[in-house]
Amino acid sequence: MVMVGLPIAALMWEATSEGAQSFWDAVSSPEAVAALKLTLVASLAVSLCNAVLGTITAWVLVRDDFRAKPVVNAIIDLPFALPTIVAGLTLLALYGPTSPVGINVAFTKTAIVLALMFVTLPFVVRTVQPVLQELDPELEQAAYTLGASQLTTFRRIVFPNILPGVLSGVALAFAKAVGEFGSLVIITGNVPFETEVSSVHIYGRIESGDSAGASAVAVVLLAISFLTLLSIGVIRHFATRHDHD
Amino acid sequence: MTSLVSRLGPRSVALGYLAVILVGPLAIVFWRTFEDGFGPAWDALTTPETFNAFRLTLIITAIAVPVNTVFGIVCALAIVRKTFPGKSILNAFIDLPLALSPVVVGLSLFLLYGQDGWFGSWLSEHGIDVLFALPAMVIATIFVSLPFVAREVVPTLKEIGDDQEQAAWTLGASGWQTFRRITLPSIRWAVIYGVILTTARCLGEYGAVAVVSGRLQGQTETATLRVQERYEAFDLAGAYAISIVLACIAILVLVAMTVIRPRGEEAT
Repeated sequence: MVMVGLPIAALMWEATSEGAQSFWDAVSSPEAVAALKLTLVASLAVSLCNAVLGTITAWVLVRDDFRAKPVVNAIIDLPFALPTIVAGLTLLALYGPTSPVGINVAFTKTAIVLALMFVTLPFVVRTVQPVLQELDPELEQAAYTLGASQLTTFRRIVFPNILPGVLSGVALAFAKAVGEFGSLVIITGNVPFETEVSSVHIYGRIESGDSAGASAVAVVLLAISFLTLLSIGVIRHFATRHDHD
Repeated sequence: MTSLVSRLGPRSVALGYLAVILVGPLAIVFWRTFEDGFGPAWDALTTPETFNAFRLTLIITAIAVPVNTVFGIVCALAIVRKTFPGKSILNAFIDLPLALSPVVVGLSLFLLYGQDGWFGSWLSEHGIDVLFALPAMVIATIFVSLPFVAREVVPTLKEIGDDQEQAAWTLGASGWQTFRRITLPSIRWAVIYGVILTTARCLGEYGAVAVVSGRLQGQTETATLRVQERYEAFDLAGAYAISIVLACIAILVLVAMTVIRPRGEEAT
């Protein structure tokens, strides 16, 4: 409690120590706004990609069967285990200036999306997978025998059941994406107004000795993290309430 | 035919996605590192600065992991077995490090222990270096890896219930004896799993440590900071070599997770 609460109290204090006006000035400076916009748009885009691709991956891991499945299943957690700075460097090795496949997205917005896709990959897969495992395949088979197409079965039977899992996975991925730093420093080049996200913006403010300005933007990120956690709580609450009905 | 398409379609999407995002990039780094044999990579790893960086990372991890293991078990016990005012707040706070940006964590600690910080003047009067030194880096690492053990232990504790613990108490066992003989053996795999996740997070921490360390070469530079320093010094071979070591550790972590997860599920 002291470990987490005290530093955050110090952060709030610093952000507001020079009054509401300077807090607002720091948050609404063109560079800060551009960074925040980029952060939110990129994180949202990545979360949505995750919702689709993560769900497909989870479905494949539960319902499909092929020889390499245990290995694939283990690889999903790689972004949790791999240091983020290494993640950035590896992406740059394949999609940077020295790319062996001729794709160079270094220092562009595409690079941000790519890096965020990497670090958020496990979230949706790992929240949907257990729900799918619990879901009786007989429900789906019953739908097939009654003449439903695969798409209809997914839409009417599978999707409603896994929706809370997808949503909480998406929320976790969004929270992670908004705060991501390590994988972005190398691959984005941190060009203000172009590829600078909020966490990198905060780091720049700290480096230039403007800790009040850094704190103001940090409080905004903190609020986003908190709201995201809160919404995950709400999603879980509704999901478990449904179970008890 | 349709069933073949519907079966292979999702599979190729999923595998393609993993190949493009995860496996491809990592494979390229392995290939680039050992392009010219093991020699250059080995030379890059055995420089004194890099050696020091790995040593520092290990020291920080060796302090942070035991602290968070004890804290995580105590927290999990408090959340599951006790009722006290503010429990829901503790519950929310314990997840916060997962959702919070590491840079924000670093900045918060910077404000607490820096020169103009809340504890800064007291610390400097007593000649204690926290910021830009080992203590701040350890605190930052503990902060970001705080929730992992608790998050693994909480569901296991809920599942096993407290019948056995109560039986032990009525038979006259002390609180500590009950914990050691009854509770700990049944949450053992969850704890180990949590410790593995914590270790991975500690070894790989970058953002929070970057802010509070001051990145003094050879002094407060961890392995992850060293990767960036090498990259910025245009020493790609050096950056790749350190990355490979960290990636190998990550792969070991994955192997450990795969081995332990099914066993943990059996135990519960």
